[in-house]
Amino acid sequence: MTLPNVRTLAVGLLFAFLQSRALLAQGRPISIKGSDTMVLLGQRWAETYMKKNPSARIQVTGGGSGTGIAALINGTTDVCESSRPMKDKEKEAIKRKFGKDPVEIPVAVDGLAIYLNQSNALNDLSLEQIRDIYTGRIKNWNEVGGKDLKIVLYSRENNSGTYAYFKEHVLENRDFHPAAQTLPGTAAVVNAVAKDPKSIGYGGIAYHSNIRTVRVKKDASSPPIEPTMESVLNGTYPISRNLFWYVTGEPQGETKRLIDWVLGPEGQSVVKEVGYYPLPRQSTAPMTDTKKKVAKRKAT
Amino acid sequence: MTATSATRRSVPNLDRHGLLRQSLVGARLMDYLFRRLILFNAALAIGVIVLIFVYVGKESLPLLLSEDIQQEVTVGKMFSSQPNETEELALSYIWQPVSKEPKYSVIPLLLGSLKVTFIALLFAAPLSIAAAIYTAEFAVPWVRELVKPIIELLAGIPSVVLGFLALVVLASWLQHFFQFDYRLNAVNAGLAMGLAIIPIIYTVSEDALSSVPRSYREASLALGVSPWKTARSVVLPAATPGIFAAMVLGFGRAVGETMIVLMASGNAAVTSLSLADSVRTVSATIAAELGEVVFGSAHYHVLFFLGTMLFILTFLLNMVGDVFVSRLKQRMMGAS
Repeated sequence: MTLPNVRTLAVGLLFAFLQSRALLAQGRPISIKGSDTMVLLGQRWAETYMKKNPSARIQVTGGGSGTGIAALINGTTDVCESSRPMKDKEKEAIKRKFGKDPVEIPVAVDGLAIYLNQSNALNDLSLEQIRDIYTGRIKNWNEVGGKDLKIVLYSRENNSGTYAYFKEHVLENRDFHPAAQTLPGTAAVVNAVAKDPKSIGYGGIAYHSNIRTVRVKKDASSPPIEPTMESVLNGTYPISRNLFWYVTGEPQGETKRLIDWVLGPEGQSVVKEVGYYPLPRQSTAPMTDTKKKVAKRKAT
Repeated sequence: MTATSATRRSVPNLDRHGLLRQSLVGARLMDYLFRRLILFNAALAIGVIVLIFVYVGKESLPLLLSEDIQQEVTVGKMFSSQPNETEELALSYIWQPVSKEPKYSVIPLLLGSLKVTFIALLFAAPLSIAAAIYTAEFAVPWVRELVKPIIELLAGIPSVVLGFLALVVLASWLQHFFQFDYRLNAVNAGLAMGLAIIPIIYTVSEDALSSVPRSYREASLALGVSPWKTARSVVLPAATPGIFAAMVLGFGRAVGETMIVLMASGNAAVTSLSLADSVRTVSATIAAELGEVVFGSAHYHVLFFLGTMLFILTFLLNMVGDVFVSRLKQRMMGAS
């Protein structure tokens, strides 16, 4: 056998192998695994999608962003849900194993506002100040430039995704002060903050009735940013993040159809129902555009 | 002659088809069946309670047996203080189950339950015992017939409604009058809980007072003692075990009550003795956290352990209450 012949044979075998894998893939359900924050979102997507396409089968499981990424590296899941961007090491691991880059697809946006009572005239807080308030280091509003009033903390029950996100991203995994009152939902937090002049709370940006939201500074010297849908979506508001899906290589077949649907108007309206933000409108178009947009955002 | 023949004929007429005999057999059968059915029902009720206890106990056992879980939490750790990041706290008993290092101290929860129950009893006991003395000793019959059912009707108010009332209305009033730092606090939850236990304390106390024999009162009144003095110094002391039982039963109800504290207490697991602080009770913790906890995790077993603790506590309290009530009954029977 000559060398070129060996090469064609190898390529042929590889093709056959991939083909058979693709055929097999059609028979089994698409599995989606990862972030606990996104489990509900993933399940809602799967339910709605399967209702539209009765032939599609989708399995959604949680376990955490790390678990999902590990599963993607091990090849035991088709789609990984992650509430943090993948680290370079993890991307390299996938490239080494499959010879393909992981594709990052932002699927939704998540942002939290800091609530104040309407009688509280305070305008800005830095992330560090918010952290000190919630861990009990700052106890009086006059320490952050407000009135001489004790600070009353409102938080969420510890099973809530919002609680976990706030704890991870704002408190940097420190514990909440024990005096933080835990309430069963964002609406309850808004209600409590609206009634209590000493209060501070946190929750989704969409809730606006009878409360004020504070402008947040990334650190003491950076400009304060108003929490609006716009500032969340263009990434300047500091307490916001993209929620991602990752797949290995360009998605194909049923997975691609699912991803296109998720990024389309129907999938994005599910995002709103679950309580997250849909992607900015430009990027809901074809996926290549999404990636450009992400690249641009990272550059700025 | 005609008369006798007429009677003789009329007897078989009465039981022409043997109905009487049939119905007798049927009645016996029905009697037997229903006795069995009722026995079965009683056994079922007891069986269900035993099974619930076994299940709750079983789910909390890994806390004592499983080594994996004991690495995260042990019963000893749940009752002792832990290392603490928020340095300004004097006592570091912290309930923070979702954390890098989960902290499962039950002290703040127990303290919370006790604080709320204490306030509830402090509020409900004098009111309901006074009401019981009034209806048992002084009220004219028609007033008594009116007041008693109305107070007992309070027991029919769903605790969600009481909780909501406390959350929305009572908390604002209290904060307005007492200038509490925390709108939802132990006092607020305790008062709402007091409303829930008034009917229990009232009913049991009233029964105890009514079961004091007439002869006691008559003897006292005949000696020229005023009715109020009679009620205070003769009837009330005689009924003391019953009133004590009423308070124990009220305590048991208050410790286990969930919805009111979940809504009205603020649910912050603070370790302090101040009644103006927010509290998190054992029952509210189970209700709030069990829904989403990871099945089989240490946190899950700890919650079941809390449930077992509550179950044993209320069981013992109910038993003590019953013992006192039956002792009172015996004493009264012996006296009359």
